[in-house]
Amino acid sequence: MNFVEISHMKKGFDGLHVLKDISLSVKEGEVVSIIGPSGSGKSTLLRCATMLEKMDGGSLSYLGKKAVWEENGKCVYASRAEMKEIHKQFGLVFQNFNLFPHYTVLKNITDAPVSVDKVAAAEAKERAETLLEKLGLADKRDAYPYQLSGGQKQRVSIARALALQPKVLFFDEPTSALDPELTGEVLKVIKELAAEHMTMIIVTHEMQFARELSDRIIFMEQGIIQAEGTPDEIFNCENERVREFIGKFQG
Amino acid sequence: MSIATMVAELAKGMVVSTEVFVLTLLFSLPLGLILSFGRMSAHAPLCFLTKIYISLMRGTPFMLQLIVVYFAPFYIFGIKISAGYRFTAVILAFVLNYAAYFAEIYRAGIESIPVGQYEAAKVLGYNKVQTFFKIILPQVVKRILPPVTNETITLVKDTSLAFVLAVTEMFTVAKQIAAKEASMMPLMAAGAFYYIFNLVVAMVMERLEKKMNYFR
Ligand SMILES: Nc1ncnc2c1ncn2[C@@H]1O[C@H](COP(=O)(O)OP(=O)(O)OP(=O)(O)O)[C@@H](O)[C@H]1O
Ligand SMILES: [Mg+2]
Repeated sequence: MNFVEISHMKKGFDGLHVLKDISLSVKEGEVVSIIGPSGSGKSTLLRCATMLEKMDGGSLSYLGKKAVWEENGKCVYASRAEMKEIHKQFGLVFQNFNLFPHYTVLKNITDAPVSVDKVAAAEAKERAETLLEKLGLADKRDAYPYQLSGGQKQRVSIARALALQPKVLFFDEPTSALDPELTGEVLKVIKELAAEHMTMIIVTHEMQFARELSDRIIFMEQGIIQAEGTPDEIFNCENERVREFIGKFQG
Repeated sequence: MSIATMVAELAKGMVVSTEVFVLTLLFSLPLGLILSFGRMSAHAPLCFLTKIYISLMRGTPFMLQLIVVYFAPFYIFGIKISAGYRFTAVILAFVLNYAAYFAEIYRAGIESIPVGQYEAAKVLGYNKVQTFFKIILPQVVKRILPPVTNETITLVKDTSLAFVLAVTEMFTVAKQIAAKEASMMPLMAAGAFYYIFNLVVAMVMERLEKKMNYFR
């Protein structure tokens, strides 16, 4: 079964067609990286898929459940109750973390499971502690976000997303706001998740990382998928634009 | 008039001033929040109405507002005004006026919270009410404490305006005694009262600010 199924997704901002016609299916356990120049619509794609933006056209489903579909040329969203279920299937890690500054690390991770999913407090705490241990943050559980480095903040935000036990995790440039020496610790965590076959869709500018980790790489440009394939296929692609883009990153 | 009676009279005035202060804060702080929602609403007529309301409250003399609130029931609805309405009218006018100022403070505070906070909450599945009360409001409170302190200090001094509707608060009493006894002392005592009241207000607010310093 496809965990994520996007077909013919379209999105514009007052006349500007940002996503022209994007179709993308992601299978269970698959790791897909999305690369492409700035302004090509990568974030918009993630924001539409996570319902932070309303799509203008096309359809979207998670684990076979329809979230958005088209009727008479308009996008229809699933009912509130259905959406609540669908929402549990995915998580999103932001470029700039967006941790809750007034909550401790532990509370950042336990609060959503408790107040959204109605998980018992003890169980949420146990989940959080397991995650903190795993991500090397056990000693930070009582710290507030302002007391953390960027890399630690991003790991906490990953833990916060994982605590809801999503089936699919989206990342929007998870290391772009970090100093180069801190990106490694975050990429390591994502690699560990990949090794556990977490289904992930990662927008990134870290070419080497995408190459090592991904089952599939998508090259986006001007609102469409220009090229798609295994890392080897993409890195040895004949497409002029892809070569040029990757060339820039390999210096 | 003996010192003891003077003090007793002034003390009675103090109680009235303090009542005006406490009741105004108690009602205008929540009302201000509701008004700020109206002001930020996507519903254009509602937004427009609250905008007009706030601009009227901030743009006309408070004394005039006091008088309007007091006489409105008679002139608009033909209701006979009872003596007991004086104090109620004072509180009503203060609440209506201060809520407008607080609304703008809340709005500035709410609008200063990065959208990322709302987006993170939304993706995690928080509903709108949870997002506002659990995630946004605590951060707003921290940010608006300094301007709220300013308004609160102004309010302490503004309580003396209750005299407009002949509610005898602290300052009115002091003036009356001063005139009768031909002495500045009662006025000085009144000044000291406001000053000490505000010292306490400033201290309490500083404590609150310190308390909110656990996060940044
Ligand atoms: N809310 C918005 N309103 C108007 N235009 C928007 C909005 N969000 C994005 N855009 C526009 O859509 C285009 C694609 O933006 P998007 O953020 O998806 O690009 P991106 O591929 O993520 O770029 P980057 O690599 O810089 O993050 C840009 O031209 C951007 O200006
Ligand atoms: Mg982007």
